[in-house]
Amino acid sequence: MKTAIFHVKKSGLLTTIQDVGRVGYQQYGIVVSGAMDNFAHRIGNLLVGNDPTAATLEVTMMGPEIRVLDDTVIAITGADLSATIDGRAVRPWRSIYAKKGQTLAFGQPKHGVRAYIAVAGGINCNEVLGSKATYLKANMGGIDGREIRKGDILSCGEMNASHKKLSGRVLSPEIIPNYTSGKPFRVIVGPDHHAFTEKGLTTFFNEWYAITREVDRMGCRLSGTVIEHREEADILSDAITVGTIQVPASGQPIVLLADRQTSGGYTRIGTVITTDIPRLVQQMPGTKISFEKISVEKAQQLYRRQEKNMKLLKIATNTKLSKSLL
Amino acid sequence: MLELKYSPLGDAAVRVSFGDSISTEVNRQIRSFCEVLKTAAPKGVIEWTPSYTAVTVFYEPLETTYHHLVSNLQNLFRKLEAFPTSKTRCVTVPVCYGGKFGPDLINVASHNNLTQEEVIEIHSKAKYMIHMLGFTPGFPYMGGMPKVISTPRLAVPRSSVPVGSVGIAGEQTGIYSLSTPGGWQIIGRTPLVLYDSNRTTPSLFEAGDYVQFCPIEKKEYEEIASLIEKQAYRLEYELIED
Repeated sequence: MKTAIFHVKKSGLLTTIQDVGRVGYQQYGIVVSGAMDNFAHRIGNLLVGNDPTAATLEVTMMGPEIRVLDDTVIAITGADLSATIDGRAVRPWRSIYAKKGQTLAFGQPKHGVRAYIAVAGGINCNEVLGSKATYLKANMGGIDGREIRKGDILSCGEMNASHKKLSGRVLSPEIIPNYTSGKPFRVIVGPDHHAFTEKGLTTFFNEWYAITREVDRMGCRLSGTVIEHREEADILSDAITVGTIQVPASGQPIVLLADRQTSGGYTRIGTVITTDIPRLVQQMPGTKISFEKISVEKAQQLYRRQEKNMKLLKIATNTKLSKSLL
Repeated sequence: MLELKYSPLGDAAVRVSFGDSISTEVNRQIRSFCEVLKTAAPKGVIEWTPSYTAVTVFYEPLETTYHHLVSNLQNLFRKLEAFPTSKTRCVTVPVCYGGKFGPDLINVASHNNLTQEEVIEIHSKAKYMIHMLGFTPGFPYMGGMPKVISTPRLAVPRSSVPVGSVGIAGEQTGIYSLSTPGGWQIIGRTPLVLYDSNRTTPSLFEAGDYVQFCPIEKKEYEEIASLIEKQAYRLEYELIED
């Protein structure tokens, strides 16, 4: 069943339908895409009673204005972009009852870059290769492969519980991510670390790098002290993944994100670990960040811990006590 | 026997390197390795992408660990010796060269002091191996173009290159799988559809396939295009030993 749920009055800077991505086709050159902040996306879904893989709206910096077409339950997660309903502030990371005729709008970005609008039943659209995720460069997924625009009517799937049961859920404060912690981003070194001089590697792990304005869903260019290569900065085109940091001949790193191509031709100094990606994509241009080495074992421990919490949350949202702090 | 090298690409992928330079042997091993993964992927493996000298295996760290997977992949590789090298496809790609479809054929000819006919003959005589697919869905990275027709990219890239365009960039040749901006010298166009998300296998090619171009006239181009539209076109290929 499909219900018309949102009427888009203003598009915002860049609003797209996203889910957990188009997995399994990278060998054919098909980009994964999906939510940039996979953590906020999944939590949003859990708060409104969806499976974590359901589609949400990813909002970038300046949010859209949306008229609610039917009574529903929504949650805003990720960046705090001053969301309001009929002019009243909406607190993020909780599920709220949105009534027919109300208007969801956004104001000044407070912290973070990307917010997620999760709606009970999930955003509905055609799937391409098993995913609803929008990949703008190949016009794939979402609504005709494009961003949301003024006049669009979005529909949603069926809710998994009553409005009453789904609304008023609050995420426990200790689980809410802190995007402005200033902590270093943890990186697993390689596989092309041998292409750098000792000095180059030391530079990368000791200096600060600023997020430039050249940032989009595909990747983020950083600027700072030049990272020195031994000789070549180019490699035979080879696989990359989310968080991979390429260093071209300029010595200025590029971090690859959700819409990265499936392969790249620049030396890969390392890859940001899975659990640090959400905080990375929430950094504003101009922010200075730093990197720290971590082992693959430690990174996987952190990931397992995060996923265990996610699983507990999922169980909590399915119990009758779901109104209490999750 | 090749000595494989394993290295992490982040916390959810492992890169298996088969060597440092492109060779037929490396490519054959990569192809066999991917074949084995298809039938006997170790626990936790989600997908993999072959490249010129490596296979990168993506996995779910909730189901396996880096070291566990590496040891499983090592075991898998030991079985590779016994695995028969399968024959590979050489796909015939019909191309209408020159004219409106190949506006840069004239550049490629003059740059290499050849006639346009000679460029067509050289380009369509070689067999090209597809090492990997990307940068857009289904785009084949092909090796083996004769150097005598290599031509640098256009100084000013076009804002849109029509889908199916066959181009040359330096010593590479490729086929645009989507209409995208691009700076390759466009010498012709194929009616074949390289990428269609509605097909069971969205990409026409797989890494490891060979491609041979076959010159066709405009009329044939239209005929093939209309057959493809009616889903009545049969892809021509032969199985070859490489």
